This record gives sequence, structure tokens and C-alpha cells, in this order.
Amino acid sequence: MTWNLSADRPIYSQIIERVQMDIVSGVYHPGDKLPSVRELATLASVNPNTMQKAFSELERSGLVHTQRTSGRFITEDTVMISQLKETLAEEQIITFFQTMKKLGFDKKEAAELITKLSAEKGEK
Amino acid sequence: MNPILECRDLHKRYGLKEALCGINLQIEAGHITGLLGPNGSGKTTLIKMANNLLTPSSGEILINGKKPGTESKQIVSYLPERTYLASWMKVHDIIRYFTDFYKDFDPTCAYEMLRNLQIDPDDKLKTMSKGTREKVQLILVMSRHAMLYILDEPIAGVDPAARDYILKTILSNYNENAAILISTHLISDIESILDHVIFLQNGTVKLQATVDEIRENEGRSVDSLFREVFRC
Repeated sequence: MTWNLSADRPIYSQIIERVQMDIVSGVYHPGDKLPSVRELATLASVNPNTMQKAFSELERSGLVHTQRTSGRFITEDTVMISQLKETLAEEQIITFFQTMKKLGFDKKEAAELITKLSAEKGEK
Repeated sequence: MNPILECRDLHKRYGLKEALCGINLQIEAGHITGLLGPNGSGKTTLIKMANNLLTPSSGEILINGKKPGTESKQIVSYLPERTYLASWMKVHDIIRYFTDFYKDFDPTCAYEMLRNLQIDPDDKLKTMSKGTREKVQLILVMSRHAMLYILDEPIAGVDPAARDYILKTILSNYNENAAILISTHLISDIESILDHVIFLQNGTVKLQATVDEIRENEGRSVDSLFREVFRC
């Protein structure tokens, strides 16, 4: 597993996004125990303090929680996870609209194009 | 708690040339700091003073609250820019040498790293390539359980795959109460493992910030900021 971190954005926010994605896409299941900060830092080749900062942030949002003696776990709140899924999907679509705007499509035209293409691809 | 390394208005003059002019900085335990700057900016001078190889012209440098000396050498693991090991020595010999010298040296740890990097402990330094010799030295330095690791250009001559291994080794080997100071030009390779960076320019601290602060405020990597600040 490699962590493709881009060079121009803060590392901790990229870690947060990565973990959010792993939770939503089912790499981590609700209630799963996470590896230690140190193991994850070594795996991702990042500074342990940066990894810690990312997880403090994830804890604040409620997505992960720490049990004093036994470690760090993914939330079991499936409603929260599906909300996160929706938020991430919205972010993707907003980015998509921005790119389409640069290409000269307004939202309506972009949506039409999506409908058209998804109908074609749908048969595969 | 004392910072592990502290400089107070530190000056170093070589004749008329001022190599360091008034450095103030602190390095705390648990942090990995990058010491970055163009050639001749004073990085090695600073590092040599931390290891008692040079004495300050004025101001002071403190290791764990004390002046560098015999005591500080027991807690500082130093990788110099040039080797000091005799080339006729085998890796085995050097490991024995280090075990004698340093109470905190862990031979098991050294042999494991040698194995992972496929270096034969029966080889003599003389017969090794430049990169392999550098790997051996770094292995020795990282096999000590020190409070402060000072690495002067640790990965310059090493291939990218071994570089990744070495960075992972640095991350997994140092304990949370230790600090690491790395001087390097290969910023993009190491910036993700750094907490702080210090930019040195003509003997002064030009910038001191965390990697994520730089990325957040500048919207780019430390490497690209460096290239702009020190554009020739």
C-alpha cells in the first residue's frame, strides 16, 4: 500500500482525506481497530507527529475514537459514515463542475453530458 | 524541560569571514528537524559546533542544557559529512569498535539493518562503493539509542530505493524522546518525514517553520519554496 501524497498541500490534511476515503470505501469497517500512529507513520513515510495531528483532527470530527488502553477505533456510527460519503461525493461533483466550467460547459450542459454518457456506458 | 539542542546568539568567525552570525534556535525532543540552506550557508559549521569539533566565537550552543563535550557525545549520535573510519576495517570490526565506544550502541539492530540492505559484514570498507559505505555509516549511527541524532547529508550518495529504506529506518528507529537534525539538499525526498525546517542563509536563520505551515501558507512544497528563496 503506497500513500501518494502530493507535494504542495499540507501532509496532515492529505492523511485525513485518505483515511476518510478508506472508511467510506470499506477498507476500514465500522468499529475496526486502527494500527498505531507509529506504524502508520512508517507505512506512509511521514513524520509521526504529522500522523498524530491528522488523527487528532479525525477524532475531533468523531470518525475515530480512542479507547484509553486498547487503541484507536473507527466509529460504529454508520449514519455518520454515510453522511461523510455524501459530503465526499458532493466535493467531487463540485470539483467536476469547476473543471467543466473551464472547458466551457455550464452545470446544465455538464449534467446533460453525464446523462448521455452514463446511458452509453451503462450497457457495458 | 530543556530543549535538546539550543543556540543562543551563536557566532562563528573563520578569520574575517563570518560563517554564523547570531543563530538562535531550539530543537525539542520528539521532533525531526531539517537544516536546509545553500552551499556555504553554515550548516556544517553549526553541526560541528554541536559536536564540539569547533568552538563558538561568541554566544553559546547547548546540548541538553550543557556545553558540548565528553558528556554530550554520549547522547549525540553524529553522522559527519566525511568518513572517519579506516578503510581496511571490516563491518564486523567497526561494529565491535562501536560496541566498545558507545554504551547505547545496539549491535543486533545494526546487523538487522545490514541484512535488510544486503551488506555483508565480512566486507571491508575499502572494497565498497561510495553509496554502500554511506549506508554502513548511517546504520552505525542509527543503531545507537541516542537522545539526539545529527545527520550531515545522510542520503546524498545513496540510490532512491535504499533512500526510502533509510528514511523508514530513521522513522521506526528513533524513539519519541529523541530528536533528529538532518542537513540535506535533497529536500523533496525527506520533507514528508520532517516536522520543522530551518533555512540558513549566509550564517543567519532565514526561516523557521513546520512543513505543513509552509505548505498551508505558501500552497507548495518546502522544496519549491527553497528553490525560490535561494534562487541564483
